[in-house]
Amino acid sequence: MTAPSSPQTRFTVPDFATLKGLVSQATVDDVQAALRREHLRIEDLAALLSPAAETMLPLLAAESRRITTLRFGRTTQIYAPLYLSNLCTNRCAYCGFSADNRIARRKLSLEEAEAEAEILRKRGFQHILLVSGEAPAALGVDYLEAIALRLRDRFAALSIEVQPLNTEEYARLFAAGITAVAVYQETYDRRVYDKVHLSGRKCDYDYRLETPARAAAAGMREVGIGALLGLADWRCEGLALGLHLAWLRKHFWKTNFTVSFPRLRPAAGSFEPLVHVTEAHLSQLIFALRIFDPDVGLILSTREEERYRDGMLGLGPTRYSAGSCTAPGGYSQDEEKGDHHDGEQFSVGDHRSIGEVCAAIRRKGFDPVCKDWDREFQHLEDQEPVPVPAE
Amino acid sequence: MLTIAETPFSSRLFVGTGKFASSELMARAIEASGAQMVTVALRRVDLNNPQDDIMTHLDRDTIHFLPNTSGARNAEEAVRLARLARAASGTNWLKLEVTPDPRTLLPDPVDTLKATEQLVKEGFIVLPYMNADPILALRLQDAGAAAVMPLGAPIGTNLGVQTALQVEIIIEQARVPVVVDAGIGAPSHAAQAMEMGADAVLVNTAIAVAGDPVRMARAFKAAVEAGREAYEAGLGRPSRQASASSPQEGMLTENLDFLQG
Repeated sequence: MTAPSSPQTRFTVPDFATLKGLVSQATVDDVQAALRREHLRIEDLAALLSPAAETMLPLLAAESRRITTLRFGRTTQIYAPLYLSNLCTNRCAYCGFSADNRIARRKLSLEEAEAEAEILRKRGFQHILLVSGEAPAALGVDYLEAIALRLRDRFAALSIEVQPLNTEEYARLFAAGITAVAVYQETYDRRVYDKVHLSGRKCDYDYRLETPARAAAAGMREVGIGALLGLADWRCEGLALGLHLAWLRKHFWKTNFTVSFPRLRPAAGSFEPLVHVTEAHLSQLIFALRIFDPDVGLILSTREEERYRDGMLGLGPTRYSAGSCTAPGGYSQDEEKGDHHDGEQFSVGDHRSIGEVCAAIRRKGFDPVCKDWDREFQHLEDQEPVPVPAE
Repeated sequence: MLTIAETPFSSRLFVGTGKFASSELMARAIEASGAQMVTVALRRVDLNNPQDDIMTHLDRDTIHFLPNTSGARNAEEAVRLARLARAASGTNWLKLEVTPDPRTLLPDPVDTLKATEQLVKEGFIVLPYMNADPILALRLQDAGAAAVMPLGAPIGTNLGVQTALQVEIIIEQARVPVVVDAGIGAPSHAAQAMEMGADAVLVNTAIAVAGDPVRMARAFKAAVEAGREAYEAGLGRPSRQASASSPQEGMLTENLDFLQG
């Protein structure tokens, strides 16, 4: 695997006017042709994301369900986020963690992080996603590495969603037990990106855009990409996501990829979504990505409400978060004093426990899968050797 | 009777345990299939937990447990996982899967051979999942594989035995059992593989995601039995020309005793 080293090998996003041209000119015939095609081209994805396809949502849903069942079976993977910190040096107009917002700030100590993880483990989670705001000085790779070393023996898989790191730092974390990295571009529309990122390192659009490639080049098993829906034209975001995914597939064929579809949720601050993305739009986006890439993991988080998440089971998404709290230390607070959380990133839409989410998945005829990885896959240097029985 | 590593199997249908809607449904489908060999992905089970959902639904007294290394990207990872499986489950049988491309899950021939050599040295009974490459099958066999498992088509595609020509060559050359694995999407595909002379087939997706997995498992059981029966009975060769069902040549052949020299 090679890291992109020159502009020629870097992924570039066409400007949104060009992408908009592609989706807006697609006809019903183009959509039907895309649905018939075995291997979809980017023009086919544009057709599936187009206004013309809006009236054909049931057809898209049926095809998305068919492909999802074939490739992933009747299973849904389950994970939980663990918020390590809400410290953040960026000022992002849409985010509850933005440095501008007056919220209670904290960073979990290693012991506190361990206690939060232990609560999740006892609840039945085996995959956890470590999340934090972006404050590299306080939340650097040393801190993340120390947490990984403490937690890795107790979970089948650990992922991170933190500030973008360089390839060497990702390699260090991989060696410490982190197997997956999620990093969302927020918006692929450079004009909107510049408008909503007011200050901080996150203002560097290109550095963020190249992060998935750096994580993959470092050997991460899985890399998650996504766009925050509510900032720019969702059809164009979908097309940019498809282009990014296809580019990553070509350059990092050993890496597993996932796509998330976070819609803006109420959060601290007074930001109102710049565009309205309805549940029908979100569904069209999910179905289109599934048909475009039958093997990509699609994630539907607790940002969405329980009614919608239950309805989407089996139709395209393959992984659900459950029982989530988006405030650092929130799970311990639950245990101690009920549902009051200080310093959330956003308020969740599905408040059910992991047990309730799993029960809903079973009611729909699916198997909730909590373990789909094993730490033995990793080459962990100081890992206890596996005993070899005598011949 | 199928024999692998001196172990007899009366069923020639192997089944996988992934993709089912529940462990309970998986158990009922396996029972209906009559399979005695069941492959389980280590990435999905907690081998240290006897209460693990999949494990509690498998009757290890009647079903041969075949751990697989699904998820391993190279030989080293597969070997690590194999050792873990043996230590935790007590079986030295292993379905070796080395699949570095998570999208197609196609097997890596180089690392599959490398891992087979290592695992055989360590006393494992190795059944490697492989592309339908006849030379690779011979190399794996020489390395000590107890069976070879060529794919009919990429995993989960339901495309049937797209690799028929190569699988026929593998069957013709092999001295170890040949199990056609992956791509078997319909009972007719399984029957075809068995008619070709495969020793067994492994089916997962086609049963697990069927409308009625238990009934589909029964259909596969019947198809595998029919295919094997046909193979043993001796199939006629296909011909582009019509031929009478009571051909004259037979009579002629029988009556050529008078010919001299």
